Amino acid sequence: MVELTLPKHSQIKAGKRYKAPSGAKNVRVYKIYRFDPETGENPRWDKYEVDSKAHGPMLLDSLIYIKNNIDSTLSFRRSCREGICGSCAMNIGGRNTLACTKGHDEYNGEITIAPLPHMPVVKDLVPDLSGFYAQYASIEPYLQSTTPDPQKERLQSPANRDKLDGLYECILCACCSTSCPSYWWNQDKYLGPAALLQAYRWVADSRDDHTKQRLESLEDPFKLYRCHTIMNCAQVCPKGLNPAKAIAELKKMMPSKG
Amino acid sequence: MSQPPSKPTVYRPLSPHLQVWKFHITMFTSILHRATGLALVVGAVLVAAWLLAIGLTASGCCPQAYTSFLTFAASPFGLFIWFGLSLAGFIHLTGGIRHLIWDLGLGFQLKSANALSWWGLLIGIALTIVFWVVLFATGKVVL
Repeated sequence: MVELTLPKHSQIKAGKRYKAPSGAKNVRVYKIYRFDPETGENPRWDKYEVDSKAHGPMLLDSLIYIKNNIDSTLSFRRSCREGICGSCAMNIGGRNTLACTKGHDEYNGEITIAPLPHMPVVKDLVPDLSGFYAQYASIEPYLQSTTPDPQKERLQSPANRDKLDGLYECILCACCSTSCPSYWWNQDKYLGPAALLQAYRWVADSRDDHTKQRLESLEDPFKLYRCHTIMNCAQVCPKGLNPAKAIAELKKMMPSKG
Repeated sequence: MSQPPSKPTVYRPLSPHLQVWKFHITMFTSILHRATGLALVVGAVLVAAWLLAIGLTASGCCPQAYTSFLTFAASPFGLFIWFGLSLAGFIHLTGGIRHLIWDLGLGFQLKSANALSWWGLLIGIALTIVFWVVLFATGKVVL
């Protein structure tokens, strides 16, 4: 259901301000979403003044600097620090991205950092993504073939392999799905851009024989058709992929699926 | 791996969405397409009122109905409503064409998608202006 405002206990209060030491230069202000499950208090915006010359160029460097030097209670996910694991996906400056591949010099003024939008928050910048992963599992993201297993690998022509470009690179960071207003309002029934791009990745694979079953499983008013081509998914994908295009291809295949 | 608990044991707030989101043009025109569609439903009611006024006058029950409707429709407030409806109509028209292009699987590159959104908006506004200039120039509408 469409709810434009946040529930009462999710509304964000003003929080603390951590001042930079006097005489600090190159001060950037980070406005960061904080929620502590142990206090039961509403979430709050804390502000951190940070000398941007004191750490590396990326926003993940800023967050690690804050955690190491200013406030060790700040929680966020991170792992590879090079845009391939998808752990540090969050909403920065109003748009979803990976903190590790976005430079703090790409923003002006105060930088707002919030968890991925419209998700249950476990703590601070850590959202609960169990529903997102369950949707990925539901599209059966593995090869399903009706032919017997070959001696070696299943071969594919270079032209057929090319059809997977722009699809296989998805790292499941959830930036796209949590950018989508349709997913915000209907994430219990609509699969969302990430799971649908993955569904198309297997439909487009010449080695997979379950195209018909895969398309039939998407035949309902919500799973696929809640995509209204708002395009936020493609606008924010940190890997430059286009889930909206993949969803359009799925929609085009539906009438002739047999 | 163990299954995550089905219900969280502690309260989990909903993270901010519209409260923090910075709009792209494609999201703006998508919302505008919905809003103009709703406005046109209201417009359909006005057209129904116009037909009703004709019917009431023709049937002889209320001879003044059609004249009253026209007086309202030609008043500055009435013209303002027609202007708004025509704007909604033209923007919804170009938005509909944009969605037809997308449904063919075309125009999904970000540059093309953004351009389709901007041009749809600008052409919709331009068509509205041309429409009203023609109406005034041909004397179909007078203030």
